[in-house]
Amino acid sequence: MKTVAFVSQLAIPAFILFAVLYGAFKKVRVYDSFVGGAREGLDVIFKIFPYLLAIFVAVKAFQASGAFDVIRETLSGSFEACGIPPEVLSVALIKPLSGSASTAIFTDIVRTTGPDSLASRISAVIIGSAETTFFVLAVYLGAVNIRRTKYLVPVCLIADGVGIIIAIAVVKFIF
Amino acid sequence: MNIIWVVLITVSIVAAFWTGGLEAVTKAMFDGAKAAVEISLFLLGIVSLWLGITKIIEDSGLIYRISHAFRPLITRLFKTVPPDHPAITSITLNILANFFGLGNAATPLGIKAMQDLQTLNDDKESLTFEMMLFIVLNTASVQLIPFTVVGILSDFGSVNPSAIVFPTICATMISAIFALAVLYLFRRLMK
Repeated sequence: MKTVAFVSQLAIPAFILFAVLYGAFKKVRVYDSFVGGAREGLDVIFKIFPYLLAIFVAVKAFQASGAFDVIRETLSGSFEACGIPPEVLSVALIKPLSGSASTAIFTDIVRTTGPDSLASRISAVIIGSAETTFFVLAVYLGAVNIRRTKYLVPVCLIADGVGIIIAIAVVKFIF
Repeated sequence: MNIIWVVLITVSIVAAFWTGGLEAVTKAMFDGAKAAVEISLFLLGIVSLWLGITKIIEDSGLIYRISHAFRPLITRLFKTVPPDHPAITSITLNILANFFGLGNAATPLGIKAMQDLQTLNDDKESLTFEMMLFIVLNTASVQLIPFTVVGILSDFGSVNPSAIVFPTICATMISAIFALAVLYLFRRLMK
């Protein structure tokens, strides 16, 4: 745990130092290379921005609309029947849409049910093992301006859904 | 994405009409637009930074050396990527950054990887299988230790905050394998 934290802290600075020194050693004009590469960043963000805008507007509207609460209420009965704390459902539904919102909900669950409750543990594993799928899709597809996504979106959605079930099952099995 | 966007917008506005939260939804959409600008500015900084760094390793030839070293691992999954192609390096670095929970490096390097994969694409409007594979690997988020989550648990006085690390690794591994299985299944079905 400590070692991993240390490696994580060290990884980026060490990589940058190595990249710069190796470049200098190979007689590359490191500063000019860096500036030249960084200039492309603007192009990339110009490409991504409209995709991000579209997804953020839709996701925020969805969160504010109350549709979310309706889905949660419909499903929470069947969750309780399976012995799963209904709080988990909020995290499971929001995680693919928004990273900051799911962290906020998670903090709230930890505060209300305690840090060692089943609800906190399942939520923790869901947050740790899932990704904000819609953000990833918007950014990565936007970066290359691709319109035809073939079967990628259904695959990601199915994987997300099953990922949540797996997270719940693993916590239930281990604790 | 088209259908999903239509569904999200329609459901939101109809549900808001139903529950009387129209004003909240309108405000949320403008907040969303503002959030998109803020995230883009943040991304502009870190993406430019990483494109600068990757340009250095390109010019010094280091990128090809890293590609060469990781070729056996990466080409096992990404079969059509030619040997020593820069995409191998950007994919490797993105996976490593994800693994160690370095979000600020993972996203920019992922963008770079997508661009590198796009250079191998014949039809610039459609995704290649390699790109889908890369995105699915990213959404499965194979991560060693979820630092944010462990941090919150210990802030609230958990007796053993790192107890969730092992279940998280198990869950993320199983769901990553499952996600890949679904992807390969779809490829077979769509042929």
